[in-house]
Amino acid sequence: MKTHGHEMRVSEPKPLTGKAAFFDIDGTLISTNVVHAYGYYAMNEGSVTGILGRSLSTIAQIPLFGALNFVDRKIFNEYFYRQYEGLTEDRLLTLAEDLFEDVIKGAIFSKAQDLIDEARRAGCRIVLVTGALDFTMRPLSRHLGADELIANRMQFVGGKATGKVIPPIIEGANKANVIREYCETQGISLMKSFAYTDSASDYAMLTIVGRPTAVNPDFRLRSLARSYNWPILDVR
Amino acid sequence: MLAGNRLRSTHEELGVGEFGLIPRPRAARTSGSMRPLKTLKKLYDEESHIVIQEKGSPPRVMFYGEDFWVEDLPVGTRIIFPRPPLEGVPNVKAAIRYALNHPDGMDPLHALLKPGMKVTIALDDISLPLPPMKTPDVRQTICEIVLELLADSGVDDVHLVIANALHRRLTEAEMKRMVGEKIHDSFYPDRYYNHDAEDPDGIVELERTSQNEVVAVNRRAAESDLIIYVNINLVPMDGGHKSVGTGLTNYESLRAHHNPQTIRDTPSYMEPRTSQLHKSTERIGKVIDKNLKVFHIETTINNRMFEEPVGFLMKKEEDFTEFDRLKLQAFKYGLSKMPRAAKRKVFHNIFAPYDVTGVFAGATEPTHEKTLEMSWKQYSVPVQGQSDIVIFGMPYVSPYNVNSILNPLLVQVMALGYLFNLNRGVPLVKKGGVIILTHPCYDEFDPDHHAPYIEFFNRCLTETRDAHVLSHKYEREFAKNPSYVHLYRKGNSYHGAHPFYMWYWGENGRQHVGKVIAAGAENNHVPAIMGWDRTDTLSEAIEEARGFMGRSASISFVHIPPIFQTDVRL
Repeated sequence: MKTHGHEMRVSEPKPLTGKAAFFDIDGTLISTNVVHAYGYYAMNEGSVTGILGRSLSTIAQIPLFGALNFVDRKIFNEYFYRQYEGLTEDRLLTLAEDLFEDVIKGAIFSKAQDLIDEARRAGCRIVLVTGALDFTMRPLSRHLGADELIANRMQFVGGKATGKVIPPIIEGANKANVIREYCETQGISLMKSFAYTDSASDYAMLTIVGRPTAVNPDFRLRSLARSYNWPILDVR
Repeated sequence: MLAGNRLRSTHEELGVGEFGLIPRPRAARTSGSMRPLKTLKKLYDEESHIVIQEKGSPPRVMFYGEDFWVEDLPVGTRIIFPRPPLEGVPNVKAAIRYALNHPDGMDPLHALLKPGMKVTIALDDISLPLPPMKTPDVRQTICEIVLELLADSGVDDVHLVIANALHRRLTEAEMKRMVGEKIHDSFYPDRYYNHDAEDPDGIVELERTSQNEVVAVNRRAAESDLIIYVNINLVPMDGGHKSVGTGLTNYESLRAHHNPQTIRDTPSYMEPRTSQLHKSTERIGKVIDKNLKVFHIETTINNRMFEEPVGFLMKKEEDFTEFDRLKLQAFKYGLSKMPRAAKRKVFHNIFAPYDVTGVFAGATEPTHEKTLEMSWKQYSVPVQGQSDIVIFGMPYVSPYNVNSILNPLLVQVMALGYLFNLNRGVPLVKKGGVIILTHPCYDEFDPDHHAPYIEFFNRCLTETRDAHVLSHKYEREFAKNPSYVHLYRKGNSYHGAHPFYMWYWGENGRQHVGKVIAAGAENNHVPAIMGWDRTDTLSEAIEEARGFMGRSASISFVHIPPIFQTDVRL
């Protein structure tokens, strides 16, 4: 498995013959989201004051997170990832493995692996595209047998998180951009490729591929899928 | 086959014929009638099902999707009615037991059983019969008897597999209704489940046929010491070698015969003797019979599809009583006040009071031969000559939309696939003639049951209607689309290849007719995508058809339900 950050640059174009299946993660393959992941890091911060401070702060800000997510996913991501400021890189990497075993593994939807296996049998490269942080999703990506992980990357200075994500943040329209870039560099045909997501905020990601599919869709995405005759799956 | 006076007298008490379970004709009991029975029967068989519309003839009732139309047809129109329902066997359980104990071409079922053996019971899915049968479904009755026999013989390793091929998985409620609560609760979900044609570990390939056709079978069935196939035969297309070879197989094997060329080479797939489709399934079936032990239990049912309060649907309009006319008007009025979804709900809750007319068991071919004989006895209607124009009243249901929507592709398959092919080699409509169908042709699809149909209709059919092009360009893409595979395996959707099969099924009709007119189509685009004309009313459709075929064009109206098969004599 390789991890592709959004720093990926266009190299020599290849003939577009391959196909890929691009999967959003949160809500599509697993029931948890970025807030759960941060909550886990906060709860395991290492010191009592740290745990209390970060946990209480997270709980207090949940309404704000919800509102920002509703208004604009990009603003939400930028604001939310500031919470990571000061956490050490080595601790986050270690905790990510524990987070997967303790939380994420049990939150994988029961039919998610089947869907991924079906895509692989259809000859697709399996690519996970998520607004979550790469180190958080790497164990999951390995577990699901994905070929690639395209995720947000936290900026670390002196081994400590700055709370800033290396731009551009993977969300909304940018997911479509990185998918297009990925296809160009890997010789993959967008028209032959599939995209799976649960949220209308990933509308751009769905429209850029030839085979969009709504998975466990929210109300807005379900309406869109009905309008555009996209298949609707339930992997829960 | 055992025979003898002692046995014969027992059979007569049961209403059991010498060959399996052919019921005694009702008239046979009315001894002392004025005319010889044979003369009366012959007269009835030859004449009773054809009525020529006259000036004083009543208007005809026909389905218009989830509504009825009551239409005056032009004088001279030939109305073709089905045969009346055959009498059922008097004791279904006795008939089943008799068939199991007196099979054709195999030892009795009890003699095939050994303690500790592995048995798979495969069942036809609920695409048959239509409308669905009132409970207890005959599959339930057969399973109860067979399972009891298996238990008594020390056979505990038993699985029940629904032979749904690429059809949608049945829901748990549908599965429960099919075999009854007791069996369902004992076997579901671990030992009573739907066949999965896309399970990479669930299919075994046997040797190929002489024509290099793939022979693939459900692994559980293939690894069993005995397969017991429980079939319901509604039309002669089904049963026989088609049961295991089609119901328990995968896409790769189905491609051998579910393709445009095989369909074009099949004059009618309701006439197995001349059907290329059946020749292919027969080759596949022979490989299965060579490698696996299959005990077939086939059943035939009569055509008693409706009873009160819609019993008038089983009558000729000439025989309507005042009360029937009142019920029809009340039903029409009620339907006119309901939204379509509610009407659909009403119709899908009508269950048919079929009678079982025969139970046959044993090896594939001798068993199926008897089934076909009985099937034609009920469904085959002799008709003299073809017609220039044929009218089909399109019902609300097809084998592929039980508890769902008759979407445009299914309207097509009903008209040009099933109803057109319900003949014995010679279509009712002349070459280059006109088919008129009555249906709103609404652009509605069920995204849960017919997900791939939606893309097929909107993306593929708008590009081409050529079945060969569609097959080469798109079929495999749809069949391997992971979203559609997932919906088939984990949801309740038809397989990605299925909309293609629906289009191929109409291939003969499309090649044969000169024009199709959708009377009452509520939009322009659905008929246009199908390549049909549309009119608002049936009268306009008949006018247009006469304009196309000439003023003296002959017209036939196929009076369904119940369904029947025309035996056109030229």
